[in-house]
Amino acid sequence: MSVLAVSNLAKRYRRGGEPFAAVDDVSFEIEQAETLALAGPSGSGKSTIARLVLRLIGPDAGRIDFEGHDFLALSGAALRARRARLQMVFQDPLAAFNPRATVARVLDDPLRMHNIASRTERPRHIAALLQRVGLDAGLAARAIHEISGGQRQRVAIARAIATRPSLIVLDEAVSALDVSVRGQILELLLDLQRQERIAYLFISHDLGVIRAIAHRVVILDAGRVAESGDARTVIANPQSAIGKALVAATPRLIRNRP
Amino acid sequence: MTALLSIRDLSVRYRRDGVEVQALKGIGLGVLAGERLAIIGESGSGKSTLALAVAGLLARGARIDGTIDWQASQFQTPRSVTPPSVLPDISPARGEIGSSVGGPPSATWEIGESGDDGLISPLAGEMSGRTEGGAKDRQRLPPTNNTPVSGRDIGFVFQDPSSSLDPVMPVGKQIAEVARTHLDLNWQAANAKSKTLLDRVRLPEATLHAYPHQLSGGQKQRVAIAAAIAAGPRLLIADEATSALDTIVQAEIVSLIRRLVAEDGMTLLFISHDIALAATLADRIAVLRHGELIELGETRQIVEAPRHAYTRALLDAHLGLDAKPLLDRQGASA
Ligand SMILES: Nc1ncnc2c1ncn2[C@@H]1O[C@H](COP(=O)(O)OP(=O)(O)OP(=O)(O)O)[C@@H](O)[C@H]1O
Ligand SMILES: [Mg+2]
Repeated sequence: MSVLAVSNLAKRYRRGGEPFAAVDDVSFEIEQAETLALAGPSGSGKSTIARLVLRLIGPDAGRIDFEGHDFLALSGAALRARRARLQMVFQDPLAAFNPRATVARVLDDPLRMHNIASRTERPRHIAALLQRVGLDAGLAARAIHEISGGQRQRVAIARAIATRPSLIVLDEAVSALDVSVRGQILELLLDLQRQERIAYLFISHDLGVIRAIAHRVVILDAGRVAESGDARTVIANPQSAIGKALVAATPRLIRNRP
Repeated sequence: MTALLSIRDLSVRYRRDGVEVQALKGIGLGVLAGERLAIIGESGSGKSTLALAVAGLLARGARIDGTIDWQASQFQTPRSVTPPSVLPDISPARGEIGSSVGGPPSATWEIGESGDDGLISPLAGEMSGRTEGGAKDRQRLPPTNNTPVSGRDIGFVFQDPSSSLDPVMPVGKQIAEVARTHLDLNWQAANAKSKTLLDRVRLPEATLHAYPHQLSGGQKQRVAIAAAIAAGPRLLIADEATSALDTIVQAEIVSLIRRLVAEDGMTLLFISHDIALAATLADRIAVLRHGELIELGETRQIVEAPRHAYTRALLDAHLGLDAKPLLDRQGASA
């Protein structure tokens, strides 16, 4: 059974008074411990799909099954419980926090809200989470504006895994990071996936990154699925016009490797 | 090739929350006339500071040591010099003009060793913002006859085109204002020039009457480039000009820059965090790290035989379409 199954999803907005489909009849599934990437040019609907899956916005049509439940039909306590299993990491995920908030505070929220640990147990939990994402437990006392971008992204991942999710939606989560840091964060994500069997819906405009981390890819164009399949196969030999354009536009580094 | 400018022992310090940050440390670098030079580095390496220093657009209050010498002959054409207060409110000067009218600029001009060369030696004082991303809060040097004037002799393209475009003025008029101001054209000639420039950046004529919010990110960047080259600058500086764009639009803007630089014989300073992207465009690459220039060489040498371990690490970190996927390296599978 897939962790997430999205069927015939549609979302319409208005542009200059005219309705247009930001997401148009999109279907895909993600298995446990699998990474599915969404690629496509700007405005192709990637983030809109992420917001629909997270139920931050509602669709005009379609169905979302999460862990075998009709996710759009859930409400109240059932929805809250299911939501704990579905987390997100964005490009600057801690931007919404007061920059003076401490790392401990950021990690305390999900533990408290989802009753994962009692007040006295939480400091130990937070220390374990920090270690899990490769950070020193001593970082807990620091304010989020005092830590580096890479450390912030690790804290965001720690926050996301605090509730033991089965799926994490990552929208351009590594796009703003320096390349050296980016590699480490991707390794961390892979490591967590292997150990905890987490599935990722991984959104990126960068085919190099997608090829490095994703099992499968869905390429979007103007809200519709242009093509999908095994990430390396699709990127090596794209069939759709937009797939070909994306591959052609990716800068290549021609090196003499020993 | 002759040098268009030579940067000697350039250091720049900012004060941020009462703490002094050294953004550049003793940079020495010659930029050859007509070359495409990429400056690459990670966040905080000083790339934007270097670009802004060259353009004389460093934030008010940055402390600068060292010199940036321009080959005066490149700028000898006598032109009417416009006082800063009547410069058009457009890239890259937009935003700092109002703030410089209040009092006389506290510029101190260093005398260089090279006699008659025009020198840029930006101001001392206090820094008021981040270096990346916009044209706000820039200081402007008082123009003299042999000092390059930003906007006239140097075109500057920022990462965020909105920072250099006026949201309430049709873009055609914004481009025309640059031409009118720096080339001493009347409105009619300037408007004609604006039309030609839009065509050169491959935007339809109707764009003349569009406002920035009606354009996509890529279209706005084309407008910003048209404005940057309107006065026929010798040097074009693109500071992460494609970083906010998607891959396809990025490739289009890079080829646009390549074509315009070739057609006009401009020198290009291409600032980027992306070594692979820089390598597709540059003749030479300079690698900055923690404010220091750690390696400079022909693109081919940098990519194929980097001398510095850090350059190699940057190249290794690039995730290309031929790299071995991390998935395989870890032996993970679904
Ligand atoms: N709240 C909204 N109201 C109106 N239009 C919207 C809204 N949100 C998104 N859109 C439009 O929907 C389309 C898809 O946007 P979306 O943000 O999903 O694209 P994206 O693929 O994530 O792009 P990017 O790569 O730039 O992040 C775009 O045309 C966008 O302008
Ligand atoms: Mg998006």
